[in-house]
Amino acid sequence: MNWFYFSSPSTFYTLAGRLAPWFFILAAALAAWGLYLGLLVAPTDAQQGAVYRVIFIHVPTAWMSMFLYFVMACYCGLTLVFNTRLSAMMARAIAPTGAMFTFIALWTGAFWGRPTWGTYWVWDARLTSELVLLFLYSGYIALSNAFEDPRRGDRAAALLALIGVVNLPIIYFSVQWWNTLHQGSSVSFKGTSMHVTMLTGMLVMSAAAWMYAIGATLVRVRSVILERERRAQWVRDAGAA
Amino acid sequence: MIANAQAGTPVAGSFAGGFSWAMARDLRLAWRHPDEAVLTVAFFALVASLFPLGIGAEPQLLTRIGPGVIWVGALLAAFLALPGLFAADYADGSLEQMTLSPHPALGWAAGKIAAHWIVSGLPLTLLSPLIGLQYGLAPDTLAVQALSLAIGTPVLSLLGGACAALALGARGGGMLLALLALPLFVPVLIFGAGASEAQATGLSATPHLSLLGAALIAALVGLPAAIGMAVRIAVD
Amino acid sequence: MTGKHRSGEPDVLQVRDLACRRGPALLFSKLDFEVAGGELLCVRGPNGCGKTTLLRCVTGLTRPDEGIVSWHGESSRVDPERMRAAMAYAGHLPGLKDDLSAEENLEFSLRLRGAPTTAEQRRDALAAVGLDKRRRLPARRLSAGQRRRIGLARLALDPADLWVLDEPLTALDDAGQALFVELLDRHLARAGLALVATHHRLAPTSGVVRELRLA
Repeated sequence: MNWFYFSSPSTFYTLAGRLAPWFFILAAALAAWGLYLGLLVAPTDAQQGAVYRVIFIHVPTAWMSMFLYFVMACYCGLTLVFNTRLSAMMARAIAPTGAMFTFIALWTGAFWGRPTWGTYWVWDARLTSELVLLFLYSGYIALSNAFEDPRRGDRAAALLALIGVVNLPIIYFSVQWWNTLHQGSSVSFKGTSMHVTMLTGMLVMSAAAWMYAIGATLVRVRSVILERERRAQWVRDAGAA
Repeated sequence: MIANAQAGTPVAGSFAGGFSWAMARDLRLAWRHPDEAVLTVAFFALVASLFPLGIGAEPQLLTRIGPGVIWVGALLAAFLALPGLFAADYADGSLEQMTLSPHPALGWAAGKIAAHWIVSGLPLTLLSPLIGLQYGLAPDTLAVQALSLAIGTPVLSLLGGACAALALGARGGGMLLALLALPLFVPVLIFGAGASEAQATGLSATPHLSLLGAALIAALVGLPAAIGMAVRIAVD
Repeated sequence: MTGKHRSGEPDVLQVRDLACRRGPALLFSKLDFEVAGGELLCVRGPNGCGKTTLLRCVTGLTRPDEGIVSWHGESSRVDPERMRAAMAYAGHLPGLKDDLSAEENLEFSLRLRGAPTTAEQRRDALAAVGLDKRRRLPARRLSAGQRRRIGLARLALDPADLWVLDEPLTALDDAGQALFVELLDRHLARAGLALVATHHRLAPTSGVVRELRLA
């Protein structure tokens, strides 16, 4: 089997088109199951009441926001090292989904914070790092679109993403030192053992987010491929057919 | 009659050669136009002076916000000095010559950043105790403040240099550069301002300073190569 | 080939199967050529045919979409420093600093090439290109042709084996063009290589002159 067969944009275009619907169907099914577990089956929390159920959206999206950045950075590394066309297109396709998950994580966090902490926003290290992540995503998107030559944008933005990925753990570990100075973290799950259905619901929702991310990326990479290869013969053939 | 150089003489490229070349040239250029360095420092002093006017000159308040304000001011001043770092070399073709030089990119990239820091970061560091006095900071806090700036501003120069090189020739200019660079500055700001704040509240500044030092080492190791690569992408 | 036959020297610079596209447009593809010591290869063609891009691909500034550039039998992708050390490139942009004098510009550009010069060498080189009276003036106060002459002085002092020059005669007057041809002569006579994109007809007395036409 030729591993590079699907790294050609034209073959990947067809493959992505065939796979994307299945990922969306899976995502919808998993999300329905996860929400059923989370909203109806899981017990109400003793301290927070029903408010805690935001967790079923909040935590999976937060995980995905960071994981997608990591995946994007891997594609960026491939772009810079091997100068492969498809990897740059994949990184471009992932970025908006990652930014969306980051935004949802921040937004649901704010709605969770209001009733439990009494405020929408605190300058806690975790919130700040997530906000910086959103800026990194926007910086990536802005830089990749800021050049006349799209491949120049690919490579410049790829390098930015790689610099940013080194920055992530730095922000992340600042938690410990930062919190000793400012107020301690307001909410913690330490000590409260998590109920099994809660954990299951969260994992199912994560899987749903995962499937959605793959589906959305595949759909977006198809349009990126079409835009880039619009002069290529196979696109013209496809358009004529 | 033109005296040609001997053909085939092997020319030698080295890190030190590139570093000293870039530093000597950029410092000489900065010396020809000292106004840019002066403007950076003036901006810093001005921003730091606006805060007491804006939020009130109550001594207790000033002592508390001083370290943070000074760091934010230094960060903004360092940021404003960034666009000029590569733009002129990009426009007149020097970057092409640098990319094609036998000296490794690591060398001249580090040299340019070093010169940039001497012109922007170093004056800010030296001026910071004076601004700190305006905010009524204690002598030990002033010392920690200057130390944190001395370690932190090179990191800003390196990170900002990489972003400035990436944004060469891009649409959006200054705003794009802000979007790229400022988020990356965040950790430096946190540790830097944290150090003097810890000192001011009677805690140890050492953890912050060591984290800042670690960031500096990481930046020194990784970023000159990244800057060289960004320049290579820019001249393509 | 114009006039002379190729000498028996081994090909030092080899270009194989070079292809480059700019955006959607294919500039050139399947381009093969080689240059041996003592040879001048003139790249010719109408505006926009990719002369500059070809030169930039050879130097390594621009990544070609396909193809290999070898220097002394070794791919320049594998060991770019080796080729860079032996190459002097002059593109459309002069690489001069407006705030530095002609002499300082010369000093720094040769230091960047890893070939330090003495003040005396620089003075002589600038005198030879007719800038001895103006060598302390900032470059911004020199005319376009005079700035080009700094480039000539740079070429004269650069020990590079390979010259890659993009329109080197632009803005030079007759005397300046004669100076350039004299330099080129000397370079070819000592078995140097030159890859030059130009609309002018170059006729050095020594070396082999060949042409590469881009459509």
